[in-house]
Amino acid sequence: MKRLRHTRHTVAIRLNGIDRTGECEPRTLLSDFLRYELGATGVHVGCEHGVCGACTVTVDGLAQRSCLTLAVVADGREVRTAEGLAPEPGVLSELQAAFRRHHALQCGFCTPGILMSCADFLARVARPSEPDVRQMLSGHLCRCTGYSNIVSAILEVASGNEDSPDA
Amino acid sequence: MKPAAFDYIRADSAEEVVQLLAEYGDDARILAGGQSLIAALNMRLAQPRVLIDISCVADLSRIRVGNKNLTVGAAVTQAVAEKVVQDSNNIPLLAQAFPHLGHFQTRNRGTVCGSIAHADPSAELPLCLVTLGGAVNLRSWRRRRRVAASEFFRGVLTTARETNELVESVEFPMPKKQARYGFVEVSMRHGDFALVALAGAVSDQGVRLGVGGVADRPWVETLPTTSGDDLDAALEDLAWKLDARSDQHASARYRRHLVRNLGRKLITELSS
Repeated sequence: MKRLRHTRHTVAIRLNGIDRTGECEPRTLLSDFLRYELGATGVHVGCEHGVCGACTVTVDGLAQRSCLTLAVVADGREVRTAEGLAPEPGVLSELQAAFRRHHALQCGFCTPGILMSCADFLARVARPSEPDVRQMLSGHLCRCTGYSNIVSAILEVASGNEDSPDA
Repeated sequence: MKPAAFDYIRADSAEEVVQLLAEYGDDARILAGGQSLIAALNMRLAQPRVLIDISCVADLSRIRVGNKNLTVGAAVTQAVAEKVVQDSNNIPLLAQAFPHLGHFQTRNRGTVCGSIAHADPSAELPLCLVTLGGAVNLRSWRRRRRVAASEFFRGVLTTARETNELVESVEFPMPKKQARYGFVEVSMRHGDFALVALAGAVSDQGVRLGVGGVADRPWVETLPTTSGDDLDAALEDLAWKLDARSDQHASARYRRHLVRNLGRKLITELSS
């Protein structure tokens, strides 16, 4: 059993492949811990009750809402955010590049969350159909694009990239 | 939109959990996947003094497909259960219901028992549990008891669970031979809470129709027939009996309309 009083504690996670620690109270959401304690501001915070999907990250490879996860619950786990997608500075991942080509973003607020959902989704569904992609996207609100361009970008990467689907 | 302060306890065994519930009672809440609870904490609709995290408890993480029941432990996520249901290829109602259950991003953390314990009247898993005639296993420091699903749900977010009890597991009965099962739902977005959700089981013994999203709890009605004017009359009676309410998403009238028409469509499909 591990008991933490409501005061601040050290939380250690592996963020995008690098071991990081920060301090927070048990009530601190993973989204706030990532943004304010570790500086991962690619985690966007929209509704803070699990509806909009902007704050989606992967924890141990599974896409989930960082606003509905406590930082202390993620302690010791592997967390990935949009910052970890690009292979090196100045180079976009295949999916990011497809988003750019297809104009799959305008304001970009929802984009990091969608990219992280795709990281999990494309790793488990090798050849998704358009309805599969649209069902996956039902967990995200985008108010700019009308989703069509996002769907096109994801389908393009999925169709040409069966062998390394988590690009 | 931030939770009020609380102490956090990560439990290692079910025994620890029930000890802690005996110690803290009303002041404590169980944190499993947190997909409803943390939203409620963020909005400060819930302000517990202590959160007991059960997500790492090994003896609550078991899921078993038996001859009679699918038994799901308190820490089993919906994503894990969904995979087991798909792989077994023999649990048709849940297989159809799972894709409607939130989004895959929330199923990755949300638990089956958490959804049952939360008892949202429009949630899919309580509806399936009641329609199949399942049961909830409750455990406190003093005793264990098994409550039929039909007795468990008492109203909006209200169940037969005492504050010192843990929903240790739930049992979904395996399908009966020759019975056919179907699930249909209307919601604002795919994965949102249901305006109306229907779960049907049709066999020689008759029709069981479960309705979610309308009454204050999942409701199951045994219907006399599978077609004709008698079915229409029974669905009409059912639609009015559920005491539908209007809210920002749908009027009571539209909900009754869905019960009548989706109900007839589902039962017709399952009987043909």
